[in-house]
Parts: sequence; structure tokens; C-alpha cells
Amino acid sequence: MASKLTRSNLAGWSFALPGFALLAIFIILPFFFGFWFSLTNQRLISPNPTEFVGLSNYESMLGLSVITLEPERDDDGLIKRDDDGAIEYPRVRTVTRSAEYPQYQGMREWFRWQWGDDAIVVIAKDVVFMKALTNTMLFAICIVPLQGGGALLLALLINQKLKGINAFRTIYFMPVVISIIVISLLWRFIYKGGDEGLLNNMLHVLSLGLFQPVDWIGNTHTALGSIIFMSAWQGVGFHMVIWLAGLQTIPPTLYEVAAIEGTTRWQTFRYVTWPGLKNTAVLVLIVITMQSFALFSQIDVMTKGGPLDSTQTLVFQAVQRGYGKQDISGGSAISVVLFLIVLSISLLQRYLTRERK
Amino acid sequence: MALISPQNRGLRLGTRYVVLVLVALVFLFPLVFMVVSSFKPDSQLLADTSSFRAFLPVGDISLDNYFDAFRRAPIGQFMFNSVMVTVVTVSVSILICSLAAFSFVFLEWTGRGLLLTIILATLIIPFETIAVPLLLVVSRLPWLGLDGIEWGWLNTYRVQIIPWLVDALTVFLFVQYFKDLPRELIEAARVEGASWLQVYYRIVMPLSGPILATAAILKSLKMYNEQYLWPLMVVQDEAHRPVMVGLGYFFQLDVAWGQVMAYLTLISVPVLVFYLFLQRAFIASIASTGVKG
Repeated sequence: MASKLTRSNLAGWSFALPGFALLAIFIILPFFFGFWFSLTNQRLISPNPTEFVGLSNYESMLGLSVITLEPERDDDGLIKRDDDGAIEYPRVRTVTRSAEYPQYQGMREWFRWQWGDDAIVVIAKDVVFMKALTNTMLFAICIVPLQGGGALLLALLINQKLKGINAFRTIYFMPVVISIIVISLLWRFIYKGGDEGLLNNMLHVLSLGLFQPVDWIGNTHTALGSIIFMSAWQGVGFHMVIWLAGLQTIPPTLYEVAAIEGTTRWQTFRYVTWPGLKNTAVLVLIVITMQSFALFSQIDVMTKGGPLDSTQTLVFQAVQRGYGKQDISGGSAISVVLFLIVLSISLLQRYLTRERK
Repeated sequence: MALISPQNRGLRLGTRYVVLVLVALVFLFPLVFMVVSSFKPDSQLLADTSSFRAFLPVGDISLDNYFDAFRRAPIGQFMFNSVMVTVVTVSVSILICSLAAFSFVFLEWTGRGLLLTIILATLIIPFETIAVPLLLVVSRLPWLGLDGIEWGWLNTYRVQIIPWLVDALTVFLFVQYFKDLPRELIEAARVEGASWLQVYYRIVMPLSGPILATAAILKSLKMYNEQYLWPLMVVQDEAHRPVMVGLGYFFQLDVAWGQVMAYLTLISVPVLVFYLFLQRAFIASIASTGVKG
């Protein structure tokens, strides 16, 4: 419904153009450059001209195969075992470097499991990328319930009518306004191994001496988990506020009805509170998932992807290759994969929350 | 509820507060530790971690770590850089984004819907995925300086400011807010003969207090707290380095944890003070990002 009062191409364009132009140059343009670079052999500085290489960056990143290794046998045909009784297998190298199997050339073992007497070995062209991919997924899968659920519990806790409740809200939200860089450094000290680490010492005192010190971020089993916990600790206040905003949109009359009906606390939550929070839940879920795929600062400050690549992530790899190793094309290919994942998640979310008629 | 005796009620209330306090301690302990440790010499700092003295300002308390930290790194310069980049980006960004949102909501022009869709679509591009190609872009952009045209934006303030001026979230927040403003006011002003620019700063801006606060807070937090990856890539010289990257100074050779804690405290306290004074606005701004459009 165009009226003369509000229709103006000149004014409209000139107000919107500065913003759009900046966005086009600094977000949209590099975004498409990234796609293009991932199909070339572009480097940051290179004497040779850039060439189009098709999908080879993706092939060398995503290449994956499964091989079966049969146990080594001695002259009598019996399975060889080492001193601990474990079955001995030929080295993966004998397959990946053999001229007989050119398709496995350059691949390395990612992980293996045992199947009967055989060993099934998953080999990948780029094991570090695979670890980065799975770690990023794992991070997302763990932090969504931890941070989203934790935030909901905090919101319910803080939504009580008690004296001084605002002071508690202020405190729970505090880590949100502190830089993740500061938080990561601080926790690097807290997570220190041995009896110098603050967390180890606190757990030691609280468990009356039962707790044995752990090298939280120096150990492949605990490093990623420690970073997940710290990230949730920092971000949980943010989503507590979002949940709170959602809680306040639920009409109080519904609670009055529930009270008259004599529902239990759980029933009230299940049938009154939760249905009223559906939209908020979707939003919280999406925001945390999106953020978790961008995981970089914590890794860079705390572990640099280590120990043994147990905390590698997609963004960390993209930056390390594209910037650290000046391999722009390799870094861009990772970024494209990351973007496609984020895009599919957001499309999935659109689909799941579509208006049902 | 009527069956609960007063004693029982007191007990329940007590438990609630105990829970609230315990949770508060979980969020507070690292921060208290940081501030308290910044006043202790390294040997005591490490020894104190074995007891609850870690959270108490006891023993050999002094400002030595702060003096040493200032001697070790040009902290004043880093602070200036961060504050300067933050203030310029936030103010210019609010101007540009609100003007664009104003145009999208109140004016009718060809291409409006398409442009807005494109802008909002960039919401799902994480900055981290474009950082590397963007580096290539800014390293080849021209700039008209005092001595004519120079090429490349590396090691400048502008490379830390200009790429951050427009973001889809800020435009989106303004659009959402403007949609709820009464259109009759704007149309009435147009009838009276006000130009669009006058409508923008005489009518719309004075009504936009809450959204201006929200946008300023969110953008400031982003610019001051989260500028790490980008300056790491594009700023190699001390003269333009922001506080978060400046931290690297304290991790060369041996790590002096006392100085690290002093530096962390120094760069966090300004934000914390702002937060404590403006906490309502802070929390409202976060909550408003949750209002679904």
C-alpha cells in the first residue's frame, strides 16, 4: 500500500545504502571469495599464479576409507600375540604406502575397533580435520543441554519472589560481561594440573582428601570436557536471561488456575510453564548451537588444539591453515564445510518450527 | 499450603537462600580469585591455592603486580586502542544501522524487501568462516591518506573499525523496534512538511532510547571483549593492538601469574563497573535479543 507520504526511492536507497554497501564489502564479498578460494590453490603470498583445482581441496579433506586388517600369523597359522596377549596386526602403513592400493595413498589411521580376530581401521586423508569435525560436533551436542538446561534451572531459581533476588541475578549474569579471553586464561590457571591447580585443590579439600589431582586440560580424556564446562559456566547467565524473558510472558492467570486445580510442582512445570516456553526453547537451542560451531578463542588461549588434537575444532583448524600456514584455500574449504553445517542446522530449525496449519 | 507451620516455612525459605548462595559461589569464585590474586606475590599466590586463603586478601598484599605489569607491556596504549575502537565503532554503527532500519520500516522504495532479506540472511554467516578471505580483502583495499592513496589496511585502526560497522543483528533489532512505533506520528510529520532526515532525528530517535541502549551495550561488549581473532590476524604492531591481544605479552618465557591476574583485573573491571551501574539496561538488552521476530 504505497502512499505518496512514504514512497521515496531516493531517500530510501540513500538511507539504506551505506549500511548495505559496508555489509556487501565486508561480509558478503569475503563469503563468496571463501567459496571461490576453496576451489583453487590460493595462498596468502605465493610466487605462482592461483589455479582452479576443482574439488580437490575437499577431496583431500573429506577422504575416508575403512580397511580390515587380518591378524599376523606365524608359520603354523596361529595368531601372533604380544606379551600382553593382544593380537598383532600388520601396520596400517603397509597398506597406505603400498603400490597395490593407490586409493589409500597418503591416508592415516583415525581410529579402529576389533571385529572377531580382525581389526577394522578407519583411515582418513586428513585425520586432524576429522578430529576437528567430531570435536566440534561433540562440543555442540554436550553444551546445548548443559548450558541451555542449566540456564533454564537458573531462570526458574531466579524467578522466585524473594528478597534480594536481584542481587543473585546480577551475580549469575556476571561472567557474561567478562571477555571469553579473560575467562579462558583465568580457567587455565584454575585447571592447572598437580597440586598447583585451584580446582584440584578445592576438590581435594571438599572431598576431605579423597580427590586425586587431574591435569584437566593437559589430558586427552578431560581436555574437551573441561573446555565445555568452562564455556557453559561463562554463557549460562546469558541464556538464563532469555529464559526469564520467556517465563515472564506466561500469563499469571494460568498459574492461578493450576493452583486451584491443586497440581504438583512438576505438573505445573510440565503443563503450564514448558508449553509457554516453546519458542524460547527453540531460540536458546539455535543460539547455543550456532555459537558452539564458532568455538575458537577458548581453544586458542587454553590448548591450541592439543593435547594430541583432542581439542581441535573446525574454526581453529580453518584459522591455523588459512592464516597460520597461509594456506588460504585449505582454510576456506574448512570454512565452507562449517558454513554448510550451520546452514543445515538453521534450515532444520526452520522446518521443525514451521507454522503448522 | 495452609498446613505448613511457620517454622517449616522458615526452613524452606532458608533452604532456598542456601541454594541461591551456593550457586552464586560457583559463579563468583574465579572472579574473586582473580582480583585477590592480583595483589599477591607469585610464590604466595601458588601456595594459597591449597586453602581457602586463595579467596582472601591476606598475607603479603601489594600493588607490585600492577606496577610490574605496566612496566612489562604498554597497557595504557592497549587500553586506549580498545576504547577508541569500541567508541568509534559503536557510535558510527548505531547511526548507519538505525538509518538503514528506518528506511526499511518507514519508507517505501523499490528493492527494499530484497535488500532487507539479504541483510538478514547474513545473520547465519559466522564471522569466523569469513575471517580468512576478509583478511585477503582488507590487505588489498585502498585508502586515501594524507600522502595520497595507500594500499592495504593492515596495522591500522580502520581495519579494526570499518568491517564491524554494520551487522545484521543490530539492523534487525532496530527494525523490530521501529515496527512498534506509531506510524501516524511519522505520517503527520510528513504532512507538516518535515524532511525524512528531520523525521529520523526529531521524531524517531527521541523515541528510541531503549533500543539505542540495547544496541550500544551489545555492540560495546562485542567490540571490547570479543576482538581477539580479527586483530590477531590484521594488527601486528603495538601501536594499534587491543587489550585482548595484548595479553600475549604476559605469556612470553616464564608466566608471572600475579601480573597476569593484575592485567586480567585491569581490563575486566571497567566493564564490570559499567555492568553493575547499568545492570537493568544490560539484562534488558540481552532479553530483547530473545524476543522472536
